[in-house]
Amino acid sequence: MGFFTDTSICIGCKACEVACKEWNQLEGNKPELLLDSFDNTGQLDAQNWRHVEFIEQIPDNNGVVMTPTPIAGGQAWLMMSDVCKHCQNASCLEVCPTNAIVRTEFDSVLIQQDVCNGCRDCIAACPYGVIGFNEKTGTAHKCTLCYDRLQNGMQPACAKACPTESIKFGYLDDLQAAADKRVAALQTAGYKKAQLYGRDAAVYGGLNAFFLLMDKPEVYKLPNAQNAVLPSRNNLAGYAGGFVTAVVGLVAGVLAFRQQRMNEKS
Amino acid sequence: MPPAEHFAAPPNWEWWILGYFFFGGLSGGSYAIGTLMRLVGAPSDARLSRAAFIVSFLALIPCPIFLVLDLGQPLRFLNMLVDASNGGLAFKPWSPMSVGAWALLFFGLFSFVSFLGALAEMGTVRALAPIARFFRGPLETVWNIVGTGLGFFICGYTGVLLAVSNQPVWSDGWPLGGMFLASALSGSAALLLLVARSRRDVESGSAMRLEAADRNFVIIEAILIAIFLATVALAGTINKVLGVWIVLWIVVILGLLAPFVLTRGDLARRMPVAGPAIALLGVLALRALVIFSAQT
Repeated sequence: MGFFTDTSICIGCKACEVACKEWNQLEGNKPELLLDSFDNTGQLDAQNWRHVEFIEQIPDNNGVVMTPTPIAGGQAWLMMSDVCKHCQNASCLEVCPTNAIVRTEFDSVLIQQDVCNGCRDCIAACPYGVIGFNEKTGTAHKCTLCYDRLQNGMQPACAKACPTESIKFGYLDDLQAAADKRVAALQTAGYKKAQLYGRDAAVYGGLNAFFLLMDKPEVYKLPNAQNAVLPSRNNLAGYAGGFVTAVVGLVAGVLAFRQQRMNEKS
Repeated sequence: MPPAEHFAAPPNWEWWILGYFFFGGLSGGSYAIGTLMRLVGAPSDARLSRAAFIVSFLALIPCPIFLVLDLGQPLRFLNMLVDASNGGLAFKPWSPMSVGAWALLFFGLFSFVSFLGALAEMGTVRALAPIARFFRGPLETVWNIVGTGLGFFICGYTGVLLAVSNQPVWSDGWPLGGMFLASALSGSAALLLLVARSRRDVESGSAMRLEAADRNFVIIEAILIAIFLATVALAGTINKVLGVWIVLWIVVILGLLAPFVLTRGDLARRMPVAGPAIALLGVLALRALVIFSAQT
């Protein structure tokens, strides 16, 4: 099961952020004036498991007053309710040394709070900056896909609260079919940049929380398919580099100690 | 190659981790140098070799303490080794942090026994004499060789741990493991030189051999630093390690030059500890630079 977030109909109301905090009893961070559009939470972290991004794409018009044009004309104010992607190939789950991060019966990725020891390796690994460290609990936190609600036959709080149904929850097959239909309709209507992100295996084997975007993934601070790489890609090369250095270091040491010993003898 | 794009949040690994990377490197490197001196060095190197095993264990003592203190839940440190969900062993070969936790445990055993062996050989603790007798000969050689392998791992896996992430700089290439290993060897040689120069019973020949080894290690380290810079430049993230970090780079460069400049002539005689001390600072600065620059 998962989310399909259609950013084309997100109105930036933040009902998802509020519903998430209320259900999961998240205190929230101290309010700050971020001077970043209508954003006042900044990022996903231990207190923000849903975060509405506001991306202003107003072209530099050199002071000339412009007539508002539709998105396709190059002027846009993009909004996206970001969340943990519950990746099929999850970087956090891959590196977690304590097995605190597991895949649940709902195919979501969950951090077991009673097992996590707060090493923060998952934070270093998550390519989306989803996971945050909670100073009070001393553990890593992120969206649970409302695991407790799912166990009781309810949908996640954010999807329930979303007034425009930008956030849809359900079985992946159904969500993917709906997403395919929606992106085709937008393309036909002239929104050529409209695209699905994480719908197929190109990004981390597919995302259980995937998106319909109105621009390139990078605009929404999402790595494109080329940059969506797992931490383990550096395992072999990293160890091989260390091994070769160890061998060269040994040879260098042997040369120094033996050569000098020979000199001493002669 | 297009620049890598990173949207990962920093894990806020800071001073405890820097301390662990520094002391862990010195511990592993000192053990390896102790073994080298024991196996291929002159008989007169035995004193410095024993000192190396003692230094290795002393440098290792703060490592688990730093690691536990860095955890958000320090009392759950055993979860690194035991799976709290099912009571089995927690071991993930593809997670460097998991492998590192086990390597640290086993290296601790090897380092501790070699430490006791060195004390026994010195005859300072009579109760340890049976250990010295037990370890004499081939068993000691095998023990030292396996311990050296683990020591090398402790020196280098920390770099692999950083690389196996999605952080800028850290994950943009493979050289960090090798670079930390070479830097740990040069730092350990510098530390042992400090020990050698503070003791009258260490022969000057031993110190000279150690200086020669140190210079070799520094050359390897410098090559790997150049490769590291090339990889982050190719990935488009080199700006992260420049800017204010230039100050630390200067310390790193001084540390690389010290074994060549401050070990000969009048300068070395007047300030015998200056060269090794600056080299050690360089080793610390390199780790600080890599750890902190990527997270800002």
